[in-house]
Amino acid sequence: MNNFAIALPEIFMLVAACIVLVASLFVHENNRTTIYWASQATLVVTLILSFGQIGNEASTAFQGAYGLDAMSSVLKSWILLVAIGGFLYSRDYINERDIARGEYYVLGLFGVSGMMIMVSAVHMLTLYLGLELLALSLYAMVALNRSNSDASEAAMKYFVLGALASGMLLYGMSMIYGATGSLSLTTIHEILAGDSANSFGARFGLTFVIVGIAFKLGAVPFHMWVPDVYDGAPTSVALFIGTAPKIAAFAMIIRLLVDGLETLSVDWQLMLAILAALSMIVGNLLAIAQTNIKRMLAYSTISHVGFLLLGIISATPEGYSASMFYAITYAFTTLAAFGVLLALSRGGYEAVNLNDLSGLAKRNVLLAVVMMVAMVSLAGVPPMVGFYAKLVVLKAAVSADFIWLAIIGVAMSVIGAFYYLRIIKLMFFDEPLLPDTTAPSVDVSAGLAVNGAAVVVLGIFPGLIMAACVAAFA
Amino acid sequence: MITLPHFLTLGAILFCLSMVGIFLNRKNVIILLMSIELMLLAVNMNFVAFSRFLEDGSGQIFVFFILTVAAAEAAIGLAILVVLFRNRSTINVSDLTSLKG
Repeated sequence: MNNFAIALPEIFMLVAACIVLVASLFVHENNRTTIYWASQATLVVTLILSFGQIGNEASTAFQGAYGLDAMSSVLKSWILLVAIGGFLYSRDYINERDIARGEYYVLGLFGVSGMMIMVSAVHMLTLYLGLELLALSLYAMVALNRSNSDASEAAMKYFVLGALASGMLLYGMSMIYGATGSLSLTTIHEILAGDSANSFGARFGLTFVIVGIAFKLGAVPFHMWVPDVYDGAPTSVALFIGTAPKIAAFAMIIRLLVDGLETLSVDWQLMLAILAALSMIVGNLLAIAQTNIKRMLAYSTISHVGFLLLGIISATPEGYSASMFYAITYAFTTLAAFGVLLALSRGGYEAVNLNDLSGLAKRNVLLAVVMMVAMVSLAGVPPMVGFYAKLVVLKAAVSADFIWLAIIGVAMSVIGAFYYLRIIKLMFFDEPLLPDTTAPSVDVSAGLAVNGAAVVVLGIFPGLIMAACVAAFA
Repeated sequence: MITLPHFLTLGAILFCLSMVGIFLNRKNVIILLMSIELMLLAVNMNFVAFSRFLEDGSGQIFVFFILTVAAAEAAIGLAILVVLFRNRSTINVSDLTSLKG
């Protein structure tokens, strides 16, 4: 049975992205805001379409290659929301610089479609194609600033390591296919649960799949590319890479490890536990040493990937929903932090060093407050949303008897608080080193205010998101 | 008689060669791109062999898609290489060290 309607958001998105691509070739250089508005309209319509699918009954289409369930429509809506915010914050940044303007939005739209396909994939082939659609768009986006030598070096490193990760993942998939004789993740689950399963081949494949996932997520010891890419890429692209793809990567882990290989959970729990412990330790310790704020945020991402894995490691529905909550809230908190950086990088000026933030409260109160809220939330201080997110993943780890991991998590978030609070000290208690920059435009300020408010309000009422996360794994 | 383990061994050897090519190569970025292609071909070898011996067509379909994606990936990789060469006038792997910390 072909039930195309469940793929309606993706179909609309791809068609609209192609139209925007062709349109961007014909629109005059001075009139490029049209492309911006067309892209935002595409995202908003797709958001409405996928929001309308929340609560629909779980079903599959395309011979069981594509699925809609409680998790997919919620995650897709969040990916789209975060992408809308990302485009809004990036607009003035890329308009000011001579970065290819239409291409940023077009590649962004294709990347978002790739993420949506990943979220909905219940078949290894669809999952791989969605992943590559996202990855190929991101490689090109990193290199978008063609005259910048650091950006091209970052793009090359990202490309080689990303392709290596895809190769690992594919090798693992081929082994799992050999062991089970199927590419559909639901069938794989059934076969492995049966008695006649040849689970050695599947275990062998699982190891490669985990390495591939760890590369894509940026978990230690496969994290080498993350700081270089954040540092070298234009800030607008670093924002795009650091936010929505984390939600998609979470969905990929759930699809592969839970929907497909849950019967091997004893094997992957320990592998992920080691990755999580190393990520939390290395990420937080190296972030302290950074003076470049983009590199600092990169190491902070690595440490948050460790926390994100904590919930999945517990291998219980409560743990999965805790991780889902973590992925969503992390994405929009980081969005606010990068949004402030982009708003500061105006007037031919680039905010890259920690000192560029000093005295921000005296220059622009709104930006300083939003940045403070984001930093406090990433540090995990109540009542921000980051506190509740950390609480639920740590609870999941403790209930699954990974107490040593929870202890590492708590100790490392205390160490991590140092570098987040240092930024607040710089912004509020130091004297400004730089002259006033151009104030951000009204819609960007409004977006940042809403984003900052969401971090606080959802921290006080986490049930607003948590209910959907629990329902996704009920 | 050539059996499944023979094909899998060949696939594993190709895969290991490509890994060695990526990690030990300090000279030329183009060799990295070649190693990446080789890695995907090793995976294709696995898929085709499994597909043949499991008598299930879907593995071969997967190979078509991997080939297509590999072509797109090579196009983007070479484009990045050209941009890199314009900016740096070198494509030595050991010169890609301006980003660190």
